[in-house]
This record gives sequence, structure tokens and C-alpha cells, in this order.
Amino acid sequence: MPAYRVEVAVKDGFRDPRGEALQKDILDLGVPGVESARVSDVYVIEGDLGEHDARRICEDLLADPVVDRYSCDVSDTRHPPEGYRLVEVAYNPGVIDPVEESVQKGIRDLGITAVNSVKTARKYLLQGDLSEDAFQSICDRLLVNPVIQHVVTGFEAASVPSTQYEFALNRVDLLNAGDSELMEIGGSRLSLNLREMKQIRDYFAGQDRNPTDVELETLAQTWSEHCVHKTFRGRIRLGQVTIDNLLRSTIVKATGELNKPWCLSVFKDNSGVIDFDGRYAVCFKVETHNHPSALEPYGGAATGIGGVIRDVLGTGLGAKPIMNTDVFCFGPPDYPYERLPEGVLHPRRIFRGVRAGVADYANRLGIPTLNGAILFDERYVANPLVFCGTVGVLPVGMAGMGRQDPGDLVVLVGGRTGRDGIHGVTFASAELTTESESVSASSVQIGNPITEKKVIDVVLKARDLGLYRRITDCGGGGLSSAVGEMAAETGVKVHLERVPLKYAGLSYREIWLSESQERMVLAVPPDSVEELLAVCRGGDVEATVIGEFTDERRLQLFYDGNPVGDIDMAFLHDGIPQIEREAVGEPPRFPEPEFSQPADLGQALMRILGSWNVCSKEWVIRQYDHEVQGGSVMKPLVGVGSDGPGDAAIIRPVLDSDMGVIVSNGINPRYGDIDPYWMAASAIDEALRQIIAVGGSLERVALLDNFCWGNPEKPDRLGALVRAAQGCHDIAIGYETPFISGKDSLYNEYEYGDHSICIPHTLLISAVSVMKDVTGAVSMDCKEEGDLIYVVGTTWNELGGSHYYGLHGYTGNRVPRVDTATGKRLMNALSRAMGEGLVTACHDCSEGGIGAAAAEMAFAGGLGMELHLEQVPLGEPMSRDDFVLFSESNTRFLVEVKDRDRAGFEDAMTGIDFAVIGRVTKDQKLRVFGLSGDRVASVSLAELKDAWQRPLRW
Amino acid sequence: MSEVRTLILRAPGTNCDMETAFAFEVAGSAVEFAHVNELLSREKVLSDHQILAIPGGFTYGDDISAGRILANELRLRLGEDIERFVDDGKLILGICNGLQVLLKAGILQRDGDATRQSLTVAGNDSARFECRWVYLHVDPSTPCVFTRGISSMYLPVAHGEGKVFSEAGLAGALNVALRYADEAGDISAGYPHNPNGSVDNAAGICDASGRIFGLMPHPERHVRGTQHPRWNRESVPDRGDGLQVFVNAVEWAGSI
Repeated sequence: MPAYRVEVAVKDGFRDPRGEALQKDILDLGVPGVESARVSDVYVIEGDLGEHDARRICEDLLADPVVDRYSCDVSDTRHPPEGYRLVEVAYNPGVIDPVEESVQKGIRDLGITAVNSVKTARKYLLQGDLSEDAFQSICDRLLVNPVIQHVVTGFEAASVPSTQYEFALNRVDLLNAGDSELMEIGGSRLSLNLREMKQIRDYFAGQDRNPTDVELETLAQTWSEHCVHKTFRGRIRLGQVTIDNLLRSTIVKATGELNKPWCLSVFKDNSGVIDFDGRYAVCFKVETHNHPSALEPYGGAATGIGGVIRDVLGTGLGAKPIMNTDVFCFGPPDYPYERLPEGVLHPRRIFRGVRAGVADYANRLGIPTLNGAILFDERYVANPLVFCGTVGVLPVGMAGMGRQDPGDLVVLVGGRTGRDGIHGVTFASAELTTESESVSASSVQIGNPITEKKVIDVVLKARDLGLYRRITDCGGGGLSSAVGEMAAETGVKVHLERVPLKYAGLSYREIWLSESQERMVLAVPPDSVEELLAVCRGGDVEATVIGEFTDERRLQLFYDGNPVGDIDMAFLHDGIPQIEREAVGEPPRFPEPEFSQPADLGQALMRILGSWNVCSKEWVIRQYDHEVQGGSVMKPLVGVGSDGPGDAAIIRPVLDSDMGVIVSNGINPRYGDIDPYWMAASAIDEALRQIIAVGGSLERVALLDNFCWGNPEKPDRLGALVRAAQGCHDIAIGYETPFISGKDSLYNEYEYGDHSICIPHTLLISAVSVMKDVTGAVSMDCKEEGDLIYVVGTTWNELGGSHYYGLHGYTGNRVPRVDTATGKRLMNALSRAMGEGLVTACHDCSEGGIGAAAAEMAFAGGLGMELHLEQVPLGEPMSRDDFVLFSESNTRFLVEVKDRDRAGFEDAMTGIDFAVIGRVTKDQKLRVFGLSGDRVASVSLAELKDAWQRPLRW
Repeated sequence: MSEVRTLILRAPGTNCDMETAFAFEVAGSAVEFAHVNELLSREKVLSDHQILAIPGGFTYGDDISAGRILANELRLRLGEDIERFVDDGKLILGICNGLQVLLKAGILQRDGDATRQSLTVAGNDSARFECRWVYLHVDPSTPCVFTRGISSMYLPVAHGEGKVFSEAGLAGALNVALRYADEAGDISAGYPHNPNGSVDNAAGICDASGRIFGLMPHPERHVRGTQHPRWNRESVPDRGDGLQVFVNAVEWAGSI
């Protein structure tokens, strides 16, 4: 069968932006000598078509008539021009580029039906004097990721030779297995421990048979850390105390104690749901996708955001996703290549890949990304963290989880099933090692955002027509998790051969466990099924009846009529033995800093502003669409030049209403090095501060927790986890802000040789709040010369874990604490003052303290500021200007107030610690006067802003 | 004035349909959505409407090049319907992905040499998707129906392929109705005012009749004052700059 190799490139003499960007990336890599770079797209088209049709495909579809030139050959023409190096990169077999499907559709639209398959590749031409080593380094570090790609050396066929699958039932011999065999079977692939394996053996001994492979793996997935949160639900011994179910005794307990009537669905569905306005409800979920992003940043992050969006779509009877928030933790972008552990991608590459993966997916879906954070620490080098969050909106009456009736059909909607991500769940529950890259290659796939968009469109249409009774998404664990959980109370029969496949050759086991993306499972009453299938067809979405719910409370799997699995639902969901673990809680001691106050604090301020964590993330933010859907009221970049760092995001989910949703986050792993309890407290305080700072209130705020931790089997890690969870409970109770959903990702450690790197204890707190009137929102940029600047809140000598100590190489011990009694009064008073229109700008003090907050307000507003530190209300005697300026005490705000509103504002703040500390000035400078009245800093706004923008001006 | 009916075209990957519908509704039009499949199957008919809007998004993933696949689908499978719609004196608006589709389908270029597309929308010079607000200047001599009475606008762009480009420049049957400018109205301002490197700072283009208009910026994302990025530091009218585009369309269509 003929195969045409089509190559499309920008015409000579025209700008090739992709080539220019590549050239810049190569320069960033530190490889000199590339004078120009060109990028072209390659399509291998296989089918029984003549040259005339092949040319039509090129001219009418693949090549733009104005800017592109193309070649179309039946032979290999991969010869670089004189003076160029060439590399062509294609996806590995089984990794499907979504473009291939679109090209096929485009070809069919041309009336050409003879094409069997299309395969894409990308060709890079590098001009210049490059050594072999330099060329190889560009390929390895920039162009090829062997997990999903390879360098094309010959003419590759477009179609993957498909193998036919021949059914054969596999059983695993547990009945005759001793402890060592059980451990061997459970350990390497299934991440099951000996107690769990024995429990499984005993169950099947009672059935008088061995389990099939698919039964054993279904149990492994259902009982995995990822799905069942063994550690959080286990028994933990900490000194004299035994904690039975950490989750229930801290985070979930706080929600129960607070018992807010507006919490509509908590800790049971795919996301947490709160009431919005009595008509609509808002749901929110944040997920992590860390391990896949470490191996293949683009695909891993894209499927991460894709997954959390499906969580929202699979909440209640289906919610419409309305905004995303993303938080990333990476190694420092300037990390030396020589120090990279084997098998680890460079932080810069992970950062770029993750950013692109999230943006490409979310932008294509038309969901605005309005909020986020990016943090850097060397300990994230081998274990980057990728938190993806999505907010959804749905009618209040649909907020509860649906319930199927026996006899309802199991309908699989969306993308086809391939060998993607088999073992993804158990893989996420084990530490990464140097071998992960080869072992886990099949755990990563390229997402297809347009398939997901189509699924969202048809699901919401079917929802409004009332065509199904229940919905869930296929995420980690695939059909096994989705159908297994959905059918827990009824039972189900699934016919695996009915599942549509991407390519032939999958076994029943692979079909059941595949984590292929963009799939949802619906429970559909038989009399609605025809209409449902028609709705799906109308939106170009595949939907297939793959089974039916029963009343037998058994999970029954069939392949071509052969029974391949039959497990009691009670055993599947409740049979897992509770795990028991030891924890220790010994707080570390760090050296107290010893350095004297520098004469010029302006330099220190600029270094803080220019640190990776604090610096401007505009490079990332602008590449996200934060305007789509038209609801954004408070955008991520604010101020006179639309480039200042906004606090929380505000979005209007219903365009003709003035009610809004506020979303914020709090995270600071540096505090966790000292004490995870106060890290948790500070993260909650920060998330709430941001809500207050934009004009929100504490009245209706719900929290999400996301724990990313090291190996919980190590007692010190677990002790820290317990401390953090206790912090979550206490502070949530204090602020009356319930948790509605959460997630944990444990085992974020990397083993190589005899080394091990553990990530810092990382807790992300995300908050969602309802705002009655978005027209009362306030931004953080200074507004007008002459206005007063207040600090609201008390400053303590709390620089433990601060950026300022970090500049001097210290951690310290005096971590910022939270007093919720004072904090609540303060936030309520400030919120009321803002509601009365008495505040023109407000910014919360976090990393870098008053100094960083003041600088950001000033340059965002394009106005100077003068501050007097001797006016700052202190909680204890402090004698150093630098400590007052850079202390990171919680529950503090800088507030801009008009002179004429002074009395009103101060009246509203009665009983709260606050003071006027300066004014907004017309000249373009930030001036700070110290405790003794001397000037300790005077820096121009241009310098401050440049220091803040320079690091990520990529 | 009879009731104006607007058809909002949907295809896989369309994602600005709801806010575009909202803008038309605020402007006084009745709105109906139609998936391209529904037009192909004749479940819905173009001729029932006076305005066709192709909203923003990433139709078919913008695979191959932005808007290409939907453009071909419209040209090859709905070409006659669209031609009749235009010949009936009706209006077509393409926003962002809609402009890409209109150009690549040859719908904007009916009056010129329709045998060969001479104008395209290519990848941004920055090789990046960018979301930012831009100042726009309306060409005073444009016949464009949608921009009548408007001299300037402030709207967001959000695209990776927005560079309007022609080898021969933009003179000819097509009209550059809208240009990127700086705050002072200078229509030769460079990046980031011109966010993508468009030739002649072209941001919006209409055909000779002025009834077919495509633009990269998003007027539907600025119909209310609180959508403006600096609404809480400047005095901004409640009515966003983009709304008039829809009002103009609906008024014109009401007189058809």
C-alpha cells in the first residue's frame, strides 16, 4: 500500500516563529553555535490513493497556501541541506497524536476515502557549527523524550501492525502461595502488602478457587493508596496516642463540627459542593498528577488537568467547568545539569512542559485559568508537584450524587480505550526510582482536549434532558475504579469485549484497567438509552452500552461471554485490612541566624522580589486564557499596566448576575520544615487573606486540602503528616471554614544509588467563596497619590522559614503562627470596611512580608510609597528594621485608604491592631524609614519591577 | 423592526459560544445554537436567521492549522447555503477562531480572486499563545456594518495564531476595518500593542459589502464594565466597548 511522506514548512524567506523559539530555547540551554533553526511538520499518509489525491490533501488541507510550502514523496527524503543538522522525532507506537484523527477527518471532508492511517512527526533543522556532543545534548534535553518519542531514522509505516487478541483466562495461584510468594506477587506490581495479600488469599480460599489476574488487579487498584487513602484512614501510633483514621479525626471532623447548611456534598463525590445562590451550586476539586508529570511533563500535566475537569463534570449529575487553578512545585530553573540524578529531567524542561501541557489542554477546552502559584525548591528536582484544580457550576437540585436502579445500563462515553496508563494508580502509590522511566512508560499518554470538550458538551446536554441517573469519570484505575465504585451498592455486569478500542490486541485485563483519558461512565435507564446515544452521535462522541447494573452486589466481568471476574462488592470495598503505622513527632531545630542588619534594605528587597518563588509569573499567566467564558472580574494580573500580582481570582459564573465566586490558595512548604502544624495554619490563613483582600468575606468559604508528602512508612514523615492534619482541623474550626474535599499524594521520594531525596512536606490549601456583589471587588494596586497606607494586623518576630532568612542561608525556628480568634475579628472588620467602600487597594502580606507587599502595590499602581516602620504595630519588642520589614507574620494586610475615609475606616477597625504607616506618593520611589526614623531603603519602582520581572522573562 | 435571529455555529472545540450568545441577547437578538452536524443533516437551517456567528475556540483542536478543518467543512459541504445567505444580504461575524475559519474557507474573499486564498492567519511572531488586552482603532473609511459609529475599542485577545498575513500586503477587495493601536491611537505601534505581528496591524477584516466581518479580538468578552481589566481603578462605563459591535449587527439585521 502506498505511503506518502508529506512535509510542511514555512516558505523560505518568511518568518518561522517556531524555529525562532527553538533557537532561543537552545541558547537558554547554554548551547552556542546554532545560527538558525527551522521546524516542519511531517505526515505519513497510508492508503490506496493516487498522486493527484495526495497533492489535493497537501494543498487543500495540510499546507497553508499563503505561508507554507510542502513536499510530497513516496520515498524517504530526509537529507539535510548543506550546513544543517537534522533530527526527526515521532511518537512511539501506541502513543497517539490527536492530530492524526483530525487529519483523517479533514481528508474525508475532501471526499477522499482511501486513507487508512496517518502518522505525524516533527522535523528540526539546525544550522550552524555544532559538535556531535552539542547536537546530542539538544536532542536529549529539548527535542526527544524517550518515554513517548523516538528519533526517526528510516521510513516508518503509518500504521502500527495490529495483533489480534486471543482469549485465554489467567489465574494467579494464591491458594498454594506462602508468605514470600505472596509478598513477591503483591510487591512489585500491585503495591499490596502481606496482610492485604493474605486477606485476598483467604477470600478466594473461601470461594474455593484462585483469583483471575483481573480480579487481583481490581483489588490492588481499589485498595491502592491513590483510591482508598490507606495512610489517612489507617491506625497511626504516635507516642502514647493511637489515631484511628487521621482523616476522620481531623479534616472531616472539622466539617462535621461546623455543620454548615450550605455544604451540599462533602468528601463523597468527585468534588465538594456548596450552595451558590439557592439556584445554582458551585463545586471545586484539586488533584495532583505528580508522577506522570515527572516522566513526561507535557502529557502528564495535560492529563492532570483533563482528569480534574472530568471530576467536576462527574460531580452530582454533572457540573459545567468554569475555571481552573494550577499550582506547581519544581526544582530551581538554574539547577546545574551535572547535579541532576540519573533518569531525571531538568526542572526547566519539566516547567516548560507542564506549563504547555496545562495551557494547551485548558485553553482548548475554553476554561479560564485565573489563579495559581509556582514554587521552587531543590528537593522538588526529582519529584515535581502538579496540582490542577477546577471549579464547576450546576443546578442545586443536581448537586447530590445520583443513584442507579438495577437494570440501568452502563454506558461508556468518550474516547476509545488503549494501553494507556495501565498501572497508573499503583504506580502513583510507590516511590519513583531510576527504573521508573522504563517500567512506567505506558503510564503516560497524550491527552486529547477536543474529545474532552465534546464529551462535556454532550454530557451537559444529556443531563438537561434527564437521560441518565448517575455519572462518574474514568480516572485513575479506569473502568475498574469508575464502574467498581459506582456499582458498590447494587452490583454490575460488564461485557469487556464491547468497549471500543484504539487498536486491536487488548486483553480483557488491559481493557478493564486502562486509564485512557476523556471517558465518562453513565447509568442510563433502558428507555432513555436510544435518545442518549443519539445526543452523543450528534456531538461526534462515541457512546457504548457495556453492561448493566444488577441487584446482586457483585462485580461480574465477562469477555465474549466467558466469566473473567466475580467479586463480592462488600469484600472489594470494605475488605481491606486497616493499615497500622508508626509515627514520630520530633520537631527539628535549625541554627538561629547570625548576621547583622545590612545598611541598605533596598537590595534585600530586590533579591526577595527576584527570588524564584516571589518573582512575576506573567510569562506563564499570559499563555493561559483567563478571559474565556467572559466571567473574569478579578484577573490574575492587575494594576495600571495589567502586570501586578492580583490576590484571589473572582469570576462571575452566571453572566447576568452580579454574584461571584472567589478562588484562592495558600501554600508555603518552608514553614513545614520547621513545623507542619503551623505550615497548615499559615496556608489556610493565606488562602483566607487573599479572599478578604479582594473584597470577600469569611461568611461562606470552603476549603480543600492537598497533601503531597514523602514515604508515610517512614515514621518522621508520618509524624509530620499528623501535625499538619491537626493544624488543618484546628484552624478550620477557628475560622469556621469547613473542608469539602481533599486529596493526598504520598511516596514523593526519589531513590538513586544509596541516596534518597524527599520533597518538603507540602500542603496546598485551596479556598472557594461566594461573593454577593462582585462590583465591590478591590484590587491590590495603589490608586492615588496622597492616600494613606495602613498595616492591619500584628507583626511578630516570625522570620522562621521566611524568604529573608533564606537569602542569608538560614531557616530559623520562629515560624509564623495563627491566632484565629484575633484573625477572625480582624478579617471580619476589614471585610466590612471594604464592603462600605472605605478601601481603595488591599494586598495581603505573605512571602517577603510588608516589604514585598508594599513594593508590589506600588509598582502595580505606578505610584511611589513612603513607609515608616516605627508605626508598625508589634506583638513583641523588635529592634531590627529588616525583621520588621520582612517578618512573615500571618493575618496582615496593607490597605490603601483615602484621607477623607480615615475616620470611617478607623471606626470600622475598632478593636483591631492597625496603624497608618505611610502614604502613596507621586514620585516613582519606594522609601522606607526605620525604627529610629532613618531612611533604610529608597529604590525606584523601575528597579523594583525589573527585579521582580527579570527572572521569568523567558 | 422584526425579530432578529442569530445562529451561533458550534463545532467540536468551539468554546466561546455562550458568551457570544449572551452578547447577542443583550443586543436584542434571539439566539439559536447549531452544531455543524445539525446544519449538515438539515435539522437546522441557516436561512431561518439573519446573522451567522462563528465564535471563538479551537475547532477540531486547531489541528494542522487554526480553523482549517472547519473552514474546509463549510466550504466543501455547506458552501451553497452560505453563499445564498450572503447573497440575501445577511450578516456573518467571525470572532478569533471564527476569523480564521472565514478566511480559510474563502467566505471573506468572495469578491476577490476566490480561486486562491491570498490572505491567511498564521502563527504569532512570538510563537506563543497570548492573552492580553489591546487597543483597537476603527478605520474611518471602512464599509463594515459591525463597527459603525465606533472609533476605538479596548478588547482582549487570546490566541496563538492571529497574525493576519499576505505576501502582497492587504490592499485589494478586503478591508482592514480594525487595527491594533497603542493607547494614543497610533496604528503603527509594535508588540505588545500588536500582539501577533499582523501585517498593517490588522486586527479585523471585512468584505467589500461590509456585511462579513472577522476579527481576532473578542468583543463578546467586553460587554460589561466589570470585564475591563482596570474597572476598579479607572472610571469605566457599565457598558463594555464590545457591545456596540453586536448592537450594530442586530440593528442592521432588523432592517433586512
